[in-house]
Amino acid sequence: MSSGDWNDPRPMSPHLQVWKPHLTMASSITHRFTGMAMYFGSALIAAWIFALAMPTQADGSAPECYTLIESIIGSVFGQIVLVLWAAAVLFHLANGIRHLLWDGPHVGFEPKTASAWSAFAYFFAIAGAVAIWAAATLI
Amino acid sequence: MSQHDFTTPTARARGLGSAKAGTEHHIRQRVSAIALIFLVPWFLFSVINAVQGGYDGALDWVAQPWNAVLLILTFGAAFYHMRLGMQIVIEDYIYTPGMKSALLILNSFACIALFVITAVSVLKIWFTAGV
Repeated sequence: MSSGDWNDPRPMSPHLQVWKPHLTMASSITHRFTGMAMYFGSALIAAWIFALAMPTQADGSAPECYTLIESIIGSVFGQIVLVLWAAAVLFHLANGIRHLLWDGPHVGFEPKTASAWSAFAYFFAIAGAVAIWAAATLI
Repeated sequence: MSQHDFTTPTARARGLGSAKAGTEHHIRQRVSAIALIFLVPWFLFSVINAVQGGYDGALDWVAQPWNAVLLILTFGAAFYHMRLGMQIVIEDYIYTPGMKSALLILNSFACIALFVITAVSVLKIWFTAGV
């Protein structure tokens, strides 16, 4: 919208375009984005546990659908999805704890603290996801 | 009551105004979050250990009573939290009334279905193993 055709004198809501990007804004957007990503990712967890509950084959081996899911998880694509999923969970966890500290004891509102926590959430998500992947794959 | 206050006594007692809802949603989102702070780290740590043992290892893990109980709690809290979160996203971004209602209903159905599928699967594995 061009500024010329706006003649409503009432104060405008602070739209994203007029804000200088900052860390807490980024972490807020990422929080919502990771939440939605996990929403769709949870279907994969459900598919895995559902396949695990399928009857074992006559020779005692895993049911076909479980073998299929296991092969998807083991593929490069599956590994990338799992690492991204772990990063999303860890980010949402770290940033979510900050939301609880904001809402409960009302701490962490100082701009420097808030920005530092945002930076920590990104670091925690990436480092944690890599650590989990390494622990699960290499050990 | 002022001359221009048309609010009924019931509406005033509820104190909700045109938003039609109060703090319940916010509080439920936080309470389920508190549960997930404990359940999610347990789930991540535990599931990674379990899948090291392949198919049999995963089955043995789910079949342990405490694991089965914690898994169902994790799924319950997670899908509930998920439903509340997606509800807000739909309410924020979808303006068309019919589409908004349809997506809100779909959101509820999807989250409840995911919970039932996962909980029944866990119970089936646990009871089949007979541990």
